[in-house]
Amino acid sequence: MNEMLFISMLSGAILSGTPLLYATLSELIGERAGIINLGLEGVMLIGAVVGFVTTVQFGNPVPGLIAAALAGALFNMIFAFIVISRRANQLASGLALMFCGVGLSALIGAPFIGRRIEGLSQVRIPLASDLPFWGRAFFQYDILVLLAIPTAVAVWWLLFKTRWGLSVRAVGENPTAAYAAGRNPHLVQYQALLISGFLGGVAGAHLSLALAHTWAEWMTAGRGFFSVALVIFAKWHPLRAIAGALLFGGAISLQLQMQARGVPVSSFLLDMLPYGLSLAVLILWSRARRSAVPGSLGRVFQGTE
Amino acid sequence: MKNTARLILRELAILASALLALGTVVPSAAQAQEKLKVGIVHIGSIHDAGYNQAHAEGVQIMKKNLPNVEVIQVENVPEGADAERVMENMIKQGAKLIIPASFGFMDPALRVAKKYPEVKFVHPGGYKLAPNMGTYWASTPEAFYLMGIAAGKTTKTNKAGYVVALPISFFLANVNAFQLGARSVNPRFETRVVFMGTFLDAPKEAIAANAILDMGADVLGVIVDSPIAVVQAAEKRGAYSIGYHYLGVQKFAPKGWISGIAFTWGELYTRFAKQVMDGTWKSEALFGNLSSDYLTISPFGPAVSADAVRMVNDTKREFIAARKHVFAGPLKDNKGAERVKAGEVFPLQGIGKMDWLVEGVIGQPK
Repeated sequence: MNEMLFISMLSGAILSGTPLLYATLSELIGERAGIINLGLEGVMLIGAVVGFVTTVQFGNPVPGLIAAALAGALFNMIFAFIVISRRANQLASGLALMFCGVGLSALIGAPFIGRRIEGLSQVRIPLASDLPFWGRAFFQYDILVLLAIPTAVAVWWLLFKTRWGLSVRAVGENPTAAYAAGRNPHLVQYQALLISGFLGGVAGAHLSLALAHTWAEWMTAGRGFFSVALVIFAKWHPLRAIAGALLFGGAISLQLQMQARGVPVSSFLLDMLPYGLSLAVLILWSRARRSAVPGSLGRVFQGTE
Repeated sequence: MKNTARLILRELAILASALLALGTVVPSAAQAQEKLKVGIVHIGSIHDAGYNQAHAEGVQIMKKNLPNVEVIQVENVPEGADAERVMENMIKQGAKLIIPASFGFMDPALRVAKKYPEVKFVHPGGYKLAPNMGTYWASTPEAFYLMGIAAGKTTKTNKAGYVVALPISFFLANVNAFQLGARSVNPRFETRVVFMGTFLDAPKEAIAANAILDMGADVLGVIVDSPIAVVQAAEKRGAYSIGYHYLGVQKFAPKGWISGIAFTWGELYTRFAKQVMDGTWKSEALFGNLSSDYLTISPFGPAVSADAVRMVNDTKREFIAARKHVFAGPLKDNKGAERVKAGEVFPLQGIGKMDWLVEGVIGQPK
């Protein structure tokens, strides 16, 4: 029974943490390039709905997943154009993008509500999935769960081990200096937001294709905003984002687990758990934050004519 | 000369347009005697396989029954000033009967009803009436009790779970009734209840469903707007499921389907429309039960035994004949306190005050 409890808690944390991890990585890449995107919620919704609709049309979740990622990237390019080329305020544009995503996804999804899909199924890994205890705890998930941590490692490698990553971080710290060093800050930011939108779309697709197997309006229910906070928790580092997503995914699923177990605490109080946790983390982190935040986050690079 | 010609031409034009207008006005005035426009305002999508689709389907059946009725339907209307605007718009288009199909549309509808006394309003599940606004709903605990019997006879693990939006009294009463029905046929039965804090968060509902199944439950019920996520999660893991609101939930769980409680509003809406057309409509508070044609027990799934179906039908007759009561004492809550004394009955009209969960339900009512 205790084993069962452990597995149940862990799989709950992993399942609710996976969309958070993809979303956090999405936001993180953008912020490393100096752009804060409050529209992530909208990007995720576009990914969720396009993924679902495409899956309905093809009867197969693989084209759905690809379409979700591409749609997320495309939608994020609208934001990129506004804040990079048109030099608009990032916070206001992000919120506008979010509401645009809410409305557009509702419009696209309306005729498809209530349709049945197969969704992403569990991937069987030979040997590993059949292990008596660890198999159930770690290896009986859909493909997006299994790829989540490798994706975080890939983002870390991109940002910290490649020349391109160096220019992203340089642009995020000081675009003028990066420009002087021969980089094109606008181009780098466009590239970062393209990858960011790609991951945001995948995050949304995990919600509709793997978790819920259905589309419902505003089904992200604030997970995009949550991920913006998680970037701060992760101190803008992709590997720390893994821990953050697991911890907060755990907090979301823990309160459901506690209710299912009949723990005598009010469900209203339990519902606050993840948000209380994020407030606590922000307070604790507030001191050390300065060293981690990209120097030019949220600023508009006006060019250097 | 030129002027007179112009004058005649103008007179002719006026005459012609007047004739044209007459031609269009006269027949339509005759039609208006029989034609009725009905406006229905939905809080969500009419394809949610849940609360909203049940209302939308009711309106479709009304339209089929009464070819003279025209329907104006608006989805995804937020509660508040927007709802008022939508209703007024429908009235401007000629609607004479408005169905504000969400509990939260009650006050907006009341305000619009005051402004347009000639338009009739019927509001589901509310408690406020006006001379031109009536209310309708059905008492659900008896139906949940029947679901409990079916679940109690079908389960293999004697454990069930309910995914519920919020711990409000009507939902607590439904879960209590379910547990009591199941206990009546299965003394070891227990029900775990998990509250979502919201009516719509499908991914969270799926994770909650899995958490309950991990605790060994093999029956899942659901009281949120759209049952799709929970019912599918149960089906995927080979568990049984029980639907709510809409008749057509079964397609999401063909194997594990037990049954469901569905609102079938079609005939009631037909009666409303007829009454408005022939002028016999009266403002009243309709509160139906299992004998009403708008509260339906869905068809049973393949897992339910003939014996269980017979027990459900027998108990249904007892309820309709008022020979049996859902909340008949002695009843204890899940903390051990006595709530209904032996020989007493907690009346179904009073469930708005129910703030406890019955013995055998695992969960926190507050």
